[in-house]
Amino acid sequence: MPISADVFTATARGKRSGEGPSKVQLSVRSLSAHYGKRLAIRNVSLDFKPRTVTALIGPSGCGKTTLLRCLNRIHEVTRGASVSGVVELEGQDIYAPGVDPVAVRRRVGMVFQRPNPFPTMSILDNVVAGLRLVGECRSRGEKLEVAERTLRLAALWDEVKDKLDRSGLSLSGGQQQRLCIARALATEPEVLLMDEPASALDPISTAKIEDLMSTLAERYTIIVVTHNMQQAARVSQETAFMLAGEDGVGELVEFGPTTELFTRPKDRRTEDYITGRFG
Amino acid sequence: MADVIAVRRTMQMRRVRSGVSVFLTALCAGSAAAALLLILGYVVHAGIASIGLPFLTQVPHPVGIPGGGVANAIVGTGITVAISVVMATPLGVLTGVYLAIYGRGAAASSIRFLSDVLAGVPSIAIGLFAYVVLVAPFKHFSAISGAFAFAVLMLPVIIRTTEEAIRSVPIAIREGALALGLPIYATTLRVVIPAARAAIITGLLLSIARVTGETAPLLFTAFGSQFWEFNPANPMAQLPLQIFNYAISPYPEWHQQAWGGALILIVVVLFLNILARAALRSRASR
Ligand SMILES: Nc1ncnc2c1ncn2[C@@H]1O[C@H](COP(=O)(O)OP(=O)(O)O)[C@@H](O)[C@H]1O
Ligand SMILES: [Mg+2]
Repeated sequence: MPISADVFTATARGKRSGEGPSKVQLSVRSLSAHYGKRLAIRNVSLDFKPRTVTALIGPSGCGKTTLLRCLNRIHEVTRGASVSGVVELEGQDIYAPGVDPVAVRRRVGMVFQRPNPFPTMSILDNVVAGLRLVGECRSRGEKLEVAERTLRLAALWDEVKDKLDRSGLSLSGGQQQRLCIARALATEPEVLLMDEPASALDPISTAKIEDLMSTLAERYTIIVVTHNMQQAARVSQETAFMLAGEDGVGELVEFGPTTELFTRPKDRRTEDYITGRFG
Repeated sequence: MADVIAVRRTMQMRRVRSGVSVFLTALCAGSAAAALLLILGYVVHAGIASIGLPFLTQVPHPVGIPGGGVANAIVGTGITVAISVVMATPLGVLTGVYLAIYGRGAAASSIRFLSDVLAGVPSIAIGLFAYVVLVAPFKHFSAISGAFAFAVLMLPVIIRTTEEAIRSVPIAIREGALALGLPIYATTLRVVIPAARAAIITGLLLSIARVTGETAPLLFTAFGSQFWEFNPANPMAQLPLQIFNYAISPYPEWHQQAWGGALILIVVVLFLNILARAALRSRASR
């Protein structure tokens, strides 16, 4: 049995671990991504279910971040980077001609590996930046309303409610990351992408972020990259395992319900990875 | 055994060599600093006697009448530099931002090349250019034409420092803004430029410090004046010009005044440099 007891109990804590909603929120078909001439991921196809936490796991360099960045069209911001394939957000291809990446990114929010609050802005202005800088949410009253709602969602409100006008950089790393989560939620996305959101944080902050993911999954579709299998088992209902082939190009090896993937992996390479035989 | 001795010997050689090189660098740095202090010390020594309330509040007196000051020249330099800042800042900052963000194409390369060439053009040639463009057609010297020459001098400095400032903003900040669904213009204007603000201001202050002491481009533009003048369309007194006129005069009391003016100029430029450093430090500590 390639699984430890604590992973089991942890999975049992997750919601809906057995029966997920069957509708598809985000559908990826034959997705490949390049950095210049270098192919980084090849022919990835998988479906993300609404209001579900899906974990992307795999060894470092297998293309987890690249796949995630293709889902909100931030991949193409990198110089020379390109994408082929289809990504359907509720049935609409976000890479179809004429689709505005700005509109896509408002529907698909993102939290980065390292907290990146805007350095010149207060906590309040950081939270509402996505609205304020395009002319929405102008008055202080509106800002406070949005800030309280999203900071509560991000489990940060109690810690910052008395210092909303301080710089975002005055917070600890874990608080900064939750600030970035609140900031991403303020534009009311449908999907939240999280790239190893706790890898730069201490264990207590990590636990807070993990709890948060479960709460957020009640309203949002969450896709989280992690190279920590325990974390994947604790927070997700679905897991995708990626691996770079012999040519160094990342591929999707196995995708399915988290419990199944961890207890009865179908692919030999998945089993090797989750039992720690490599990676 | 022989090995150990050989190793010890190379170690010793190394120590001696490093000692000598430390000594030589210290000597060079020391003489540079000494020369600087000597110049500063001499200007203070020669100029301090002139500094006083009359010198700072009066206009120059005609030859033979003792006293008089450089108040109109200080104000004139202030007005001219201020106008040049207003002219050069928007263009310089926007060009720097453009180069930092779209800086790969042929257009960007040629702008960067032109800017570098401009930085190397002697200031008197730029003064001549300002003369041809803004003085000759109107047959009238003016502070504006001097400010224009200053602006051209400042441009390459502002462009280069802005480009570097924008480039030094972490990609994560830019991507963070884009990932929120902010359009490129909002990302650039409201997130990236503010994040680079301190470094941009530093570049501005340094460019001001650079032109404040310039004399050559003012000779046939702002021209200078012995009187109060506040209209930038007219010739206007300038501190460096005033120093120049006093210094080449045959009168010892005017020489004295020239040193006083030089002291003020040095203090102003020093102050600008310190301010620039402080702006940069405030960013580092945030
Ligand atoms: N900006 C980039 N330019 C070129 N290659 C990149 C870039 N980012 C990632 N890669 C390459 O793409 C592959 C996948 O990287 P990444 O998606 O970051 O993997 P992971 O997140 O799983 O560690 C790696 O081989 C990496 O070297
Ligand atoms: Mg990664």
